[in-house]
Amino acid sequence: MRRIYLDHNATTPVRPEVLEAMLPFFRERFGNASSIHAFGQAARAPVEEARAQAARLLGARPGEVFFTSGGTESDNLAIKGVAYANRGRGSHIITSQIEHHAVLNSCQFLEQEGFTVTYLPVDSDGLVDPDDVARTITDRTILVSIMHANNEIGTIQPVEEIGRIARERGVFFHTDAVQSAGKLPIEVDAMYIDLLSISGHKLYGPKGVGAVYIRKGTQIVQTAHGGHHEGDVRAGTENTPGIVGLGKAAELAFIEREAEAQHLTQLRDLLQRRLLDEIDDIRVNGHPTRRLPGTLNVSFTAAEGESLILSLDLKGIAVSSGSACTSGSLEPSHVLLALGLDPQLAQTSVRFSFGRDNTREDVEDVMEHLPEIVARLRAMSALTVKQEKIRGSGFGVRG
Amino acid sequence: MYTPQVMDHFQNPRNVGDIPDADAVGLAGNPVCGDTMKLSLKIVDDRIVDAKFRTFGCAAAIATSSKLTEMLIGQTIAEALTITNESVAGALGGLPQAKMHCSVLAADGVRAAVADYRKRDHR
Ligand SMILES: Cc1ncc(COP(=O)(O)O)c(C=O)c1O
Ligand code: FES
Repeated sequence: MRRIYLDHNATTPVRPEVLEAMLPFFRERFGNASSIHAFGQAARAPVEEARAQAARLLGARPGEVFFTSGGTESDNLAIKGVAYANRGRGSHIITSQIEHHAVLNSCQFLEQEGFTVTYLPVDSDGLVDPDDVARTITDRTILVSIMHANNEIGTIQPVEEIGRIARERGVFFHTDAVQSAGKLPIEVDAMYIDLLSISGHKLYGPKGVGAVYIRKGTQIVQTAHGGHHEGDVRAGTENTPGIVGLGKAAELAFIEREAEAQHLTQLRDLLQRRLLDEIDDIRVNGHPTRRLPGTLNVSFTAAEGESLILSLDLKGIAVSSGSACTSGSLEPSHVLLALGLDPQLAQTSVRFSFGRDNTREDVEDVMEHLPEIVARLRAMSALTVKQEKIRGSGFGVRG
Repeated sequence: MYTPQVMDHFQNPRNVGDIPDADAVGLAGNPVCGDTMKLSLKIVDDRIVDAKFRTFGCAAAIATSSKLTEMLIGQTIAEALTITNESVAGALGGLPQAKMHCSVLAADGVRAAVADYRKRDHR
């Protein structure tokens, strides 16, 4: 059976060039980058080169990029680090209802620590209103954290506007760019970003490595204490193979970003058009245009999501329902609920996320099986398509 | 993640549909995930002679609904009421722990159908 991977927002395969770049750091260049001797020094320069490569992807200066164990740690460090360091100034944090759990649960933890958090709502396309940010900032606000692009629906937030508002009011601005890095242009200066998170495995680099951008002058405390690594922002012996892999992946993503985005958009739009043409009563979730190139989230009224995913998997097609991290939970996606979908419609949603190796044939294969699968599940469903249609708006109207 | 029995019932569900002149219809919903089941029964002399289901739900919900109908056909009302979510899940070789709640749908469906049957006041 031909296997088709359409779950690149969950993770991506390591590119061969990236793996090649990493291998020496498991073998002859195994030294500790903090050691003075030749073994150590053989690893130090490549770490610094990777820092420059990651910085270039973000329009940042290398000295403001710090390596971590991934997107989750970057989010935790940015949010908790800024919160604790600025406690004297205030204790209010602003974020959105559709953030990744790495951000949401960090904020919830801080609430237990005495901080106050505002979770801004989004509109039915998943957009945060910058005016809401402006209205919500008080003189107690120390941090705004709004993601660049959402992992489930792909909606791209107006980060530049939000960043400008935060800057004008003297509030630090963090953005989770785990999904957007390598797919959307990022310029930390022009976008008024003070802190930003990226992750290696979402851009064809290895898992377990990420980076956080921290603008010079941002008050932050470290969350992992230990040796003097990473500018005393993040202790721990450098994961040299991972860091070199992340650097290489960032370099390739920077060079190929535009061509790659075009490729992903074409495939995504092709699948979207065919789904709308060939399957009734579906709803495309996320913003019609302000959306990550390869992301397509669709609700298939009355056909349950896990059953859809499992049926597609039996045909060799890998997709997911929202975020892989929440598929262990049974509740509908917090992102889709925030858009205003009723819980049962949210439960019919599937996310297709394309990657660099996908082709038009992959779309054809999906369309060869999916209409039949949806029809089969709807035929045995206790819900009827009509019943849910009452909710109105949004069904198949986006071309 | 699922047993071969679950996958079999998921891919080839038994007794899907409605019974037009059903003697009992039970509706059950799972408040956690919003999944829903409709169970229709044909009952003669207190014995279930036919059972059909419709389910909006995950593979575990579909498989337990399907298995439930197989178990029900031929049973008396009293026997049917001894069915628990564990017994349906067990008949399928078990469910992943996080999915055990899905089998509650089937047990609730039986109880709802029997309640409907009694409400209709047969005999
Ligand atoms: C938006 C977003 N933030 C954070 C993360 C966490 O990144 P990581 O898996 O590297 O911890 C992910 C992916 O899982 C994500 O999609
Ligand atoms: S997740 Fe709802 S019944 Fe299984």
